[in-house]
Amino acid sequence: MHVHNYEKLWLLASLALIVGFISTIVYGAVGAGVVMVNDEGGQVNASGLSEHPEFNDPGVRKVGPNEYEAYVVAQQFAFSPDPIEVPANSTVTFYVTSRDVVHGFEVAGTNANAMVVPGEVSKMTVEFNETDEYGVVCNEYCGQAHHDMAGEVIVKEPGNFTLDDAGESTTAQATNGTDETANGTGES
Amino acid sequence: MSTPTESILNIGRTDDETALPAESFIVKYPTVARVVRVCFAYAFVALAVGGLFGVIQALHRTNVIRVIDSADYYTLLTAHGVFLAIVFTIFFLAGVFAWANTRSLERPPLNPRFTWLWVGTMSAGTLLSGGSILAGLVAEIDVSADVLFTFYAPLQAHPLFYIGLALFVVGTWLAGIDWFRQYLDWRADNPDERIPLQSFMVLTTMLMWYLSTLGVAIEVVVFLIPWSLGLMPAPTPLLTRTLFWFFGHPVVYFWLMPAYLMWYTVLPKLSGGRLFSDPLARVVFVLFLLLSTPVGIHHQYLDPGIAEGFKFIAMTNTMFLLLPSLLTAFTVVASVEHGARQNGGEGYFGWLTALPWRDPAFTGMMLAGLMFAAGGFSGMVNAGMNINYLVHNTIWVPGHFHLTVGTAVALTFMAAAYWLVPRVTGRALYSRPIGLFQVVLWFIGMTFMSAAMHRGGLAGIPRRTAEPEYSKFTFEAVVGTISSLRLQIAFGGVLLFVSLVIFLANIALTAANNEPATGLKTDLPPALSGPEQSPQVLDELKLWAIIAIVLVILAYSLPLWSIINGAGFYQDGITASPQVVQPVLEVLI
Repeated sequence: MHVHNYEKLWLLASLALIVGFISTIVYGAVGAGVVMVNDEGGQVNASGLSEHPEFNDPGVRKVGPNEYEAYVVAQQFAFSPDPIEVPANSTVTFYVTSRDVVHGFEVAGTNANAMVVPGEVSKMTVEFNETDEYGVVCNEYCGQAHHDMAGEVIVKEPGNFTLDDAGESTTAQATNGTDETANGTGES
Repeated sequence: MSTPTESILNIGRTDDETALPAESFIVKYPTVARVVRVCFAYAFVALAVGGLFGVIQALHRTNVIRVIDSADYYTLLTAHGVFLAIVFTIFFLAGVFAWANTRSLERPPLNPRFTWLWVGTMSAGTLLSGGSILAGLVAEIDVSADVLFTFYAPLQAHPLFYIGLALFVVGTWLAGIDWFRQYLDWRADNPDERIPLQSFMVLTTMLMWYLSTLGVAIEVVVFLIPWSLGLMPAPTPLLTRTLFWFFGHPVVYFWLMPAYLMWYTVLPKLSGGRLFSDPLARVVFVLFLLLSTPVGIHHQYLDPGIAEGFKFIAMTNTMFLLLPSLLTAFTVVASVEHGARQNGGEGYFGWLTALPWRDPAFTGMMLAGLMFAAGGFSGMVNAGMNINYLVHNTIWVPGHFHLTVGTAVALTFMAAAYWLVPRVTGRALYSRPIGLFQVVLWFIGMTFMSAAMHRGGLAGIPRRTAEPEYSKFTFEAVVGTISSLRLQIAFGGVLLFVSLVIFLANIALTAANNEPATGLKTDLPPALSGPEQSPQVLDELKLWAIIAIVLVILAYSLPLWSIINGAGFYQDGITASPQVVQPVLEVLI
């Protein structure tokens, strides 16, 4: 097959570009430790969340030093709990599921983002380094009031954070959310 | 005397047939020319309605002008997606493919009745699905389909919506059979010839389409229709999502392939030259047949219930899918440069001035190609599995695909229409300067809208939302302000709509133009490197189809098995929302 020399060069450069892109993804997974939302969350009965040992009471639990688990339920047209309060300098594993249709769970302006599919549990681990407040948006169309579905993640001073007052944000130190430090989804 | 039906089918055809050369397409193949006209008429009506809804959305979500209720936004959004991404694109494809297959095989389809059967099936599907979406705007009619273009269960549409979709897809399958029969007829007369290039492109694209539509056909026929009729329980949402995306990525190449066909076979001629390499063109279409389908899971990078390894495989395939588009960039630019040098162009870049920039067909396709390069780069970001976290389901994503389907495809189709409509109507284009203004205006409007959408996505603004303003928090743009981004989206959307209206007017005036078209006699020139320089195996369509099937089995069998193993076909606890019709069984009992 006749291939022009310039064409061969272009082909090689294209292949190099493609391999280069794949390498950056491999680096992101292995070097930076970005884990994809996967099948670890398992399945639940979307209509039976009130009988589920964790989703019956959505909220944040402490599972180790600076380690937390957040069980979040999405439904038309709200997240529960709201706001989600976590301490700064902590690692939080979110378990998110839906009671009805497909929703999205996006901590706006960060890379903490997952699809929420009824019957499945989305698991992702996020590091919160500094106190801040983030909006949580449902980014998957879920019905006529989809645009009203939003929540908040409040990252509090560790000193001000107790699990008992989770849900009451009176002591939250709101800072100006200009620096995006909740660079989450890294499970290192 | 013509019957009313005949006069509808003859829309746009010139009365002055004696003015047309005997070798012109419309004189040689009058029935096919009529089929193309009808397909284009459907495409342009869908473009008009979808485009009108587009500008209403652009102004609504940026809070510039709100003429609809936010709850109705999603009805318009569904219509925008289905009318533009399914009806406009695929009817236009059907017209281009009917023209290209007939032209390159030099014979009409075997049986015109069969041709009209697929046109009729696609039309019936369009009317059912489109009607059930628009009925959502009328409170008195108890039919709606506010499920968006992706129609994820357990959001539920009226059964007519799904039945219409199924009919439409069956229509496209019949069209493919029509084109394959045309090819086999040609093959019987030409046992040793290479497949003519345009026909090769049509056939490989249709093979890809047959393979990829299996996913959506199973989703709709096996699961969604029986469920929406109340005969079966709700299907597993993740399973239907996965079946949708099995089809949902290759469909973008189905939109793109007729644009590529125009870039490879018509654009070089418009530039005054010839296609650079026929063999490379064939390689590109084979690569699309092989790689378009086993990538759909890249739309599900952030889905639960799918292991990371499967996502990684989809990511790798997606990255290799860049290859045929990068090769296309080379071939198209090389062909156009060759044309420019035939016109006397010189120098490293000086040849660019020796091109027919006043021709709206040429300029439109070139601008579409340029914007496709930009869309390709934002697509590489989407494809980057772990970077995708930042942009998934944000307005970045529609920013991306308004560059690809919204410009690379739509602007190429508009430019192609300026060249093709005179060939299937026999009427001269109403105005080339207006056409030129129109394609440039589209490019400018899209530059504003798409750039602002990409930037809004980086700030986390979601897509598919009537009012992306929340009481609890505000978005922060990386550069500039959110309000300036909103204005740019609204301004770009208005420019695009104005461009669209000018296009439709120009085409309507062409269809009513009594001046006969000129220049219809000229053939498409052969490639600089002809098909004889490529190995015969490239034309072995069966071989490529089998390899494509094997690749799909490799990419999809394990993920589908693991979903079915985990959640089953009918997962417990899933209920329709909204429940559109009473389940038939309950009504009967």
